[in-house]
Amino acid sequence: MHGFANPARFLRIARWLTPLALASGLILTAASLGWGVLVGPADELQGETVRILYLHVPTAWLGMAGWMAIAGASLVELVWRHPLAAVAARAVAVPGATFTALCLATGSIWGRPAWGAWWVWDGRLTSMLVLLFLYFAYIALSSAAQDDGPGGSRIPAIFGLVGAVNVPIIHYSVLWWNSLHQPPSITMGQSAMAPDFLVPLLAATLGFTLIFTGVVLARMRAILADVQTDARLRRRAMSEDFA
Amino acid sequence: MREALNQWHYVAAAYAIGMSGTLALVGWAWASMVRAEARRERSRGR
Repeated sequence: MHGFANPARFLRIARWLTPLALASGLILTAASLGWGVLVGPADELQGETVRILYLHVPTAWLGMAGWMAIAGASLVELVWRHPLAAVAARAVAVPGATFTALCLATGSIWGRPAWGAWWVWDGRLTSMLVLLFLYFAYIALSSAAQDDGPGGSRIPAIFGLVGAVNVPIIHYSVLWWNSLHQPPSITMGQSAMAPDFLVPLLAATLGFTLIFTGVVLARMRAILADVQTDARLRRRAMSEDFA
Repeated sequence: MREALNQWHYVAAAYAIGMSGTLALVGWAWASMVRAEARRERSRGR
């Protein structure tokens, strides 16, 4: 594991993995969403709006998984000082925030015909909105910490770890409090969904996860390239000053 | 009188927002990566 923390080795792998993850993710997502919308059946209770869940569930999963990735990378950074951990955490923030926002938007659109309301202040929706604000705060903090030099990423890392408290709250909110939101339909090894709905949902989730992976790898490559360019220009400026 | 809801309008709106948001994210991440790596190569050659 420590071997992958070497930026040169990471870049060798990321160069071929980034386009592969993005292309396979886009193809799988398009195929599974196309199947869910055009071929899959409507639900007896939800009607046609069940098709929104093929978008909503993967984006919800990635919003939460994104923050857990930030927390994991933050822990690795604080404990082992891996050079890539801070880069990975920063790279996850924007895609994580985007998928959280998409989850809230698609959930709101689903809620209007299903519940008769665009928004309700219940535990699941509110904790998901808090997650979006946490992402915004993390992006602001990590951008500000960039200018602080080595050690500047410690504050965003601590924030990333503390913010992880919200993820189990999101997950268990539908069990702890009365909610319009349905309880989990898929748990470890079990599903309350019929295969007609489950198969395109799992395929879309895998497709979106591959897209998320590709975007994070692209962001990591961009951040590393910026760091290397800035370091090179700084070294050159210093050598010209002393010449 | 009850408001008539066409469920397909909601499905279309959700997919328009979801897919355009995802594609915009992919396009932005790819373009910023290509730009940053090109800048690094230019700085190497200077």
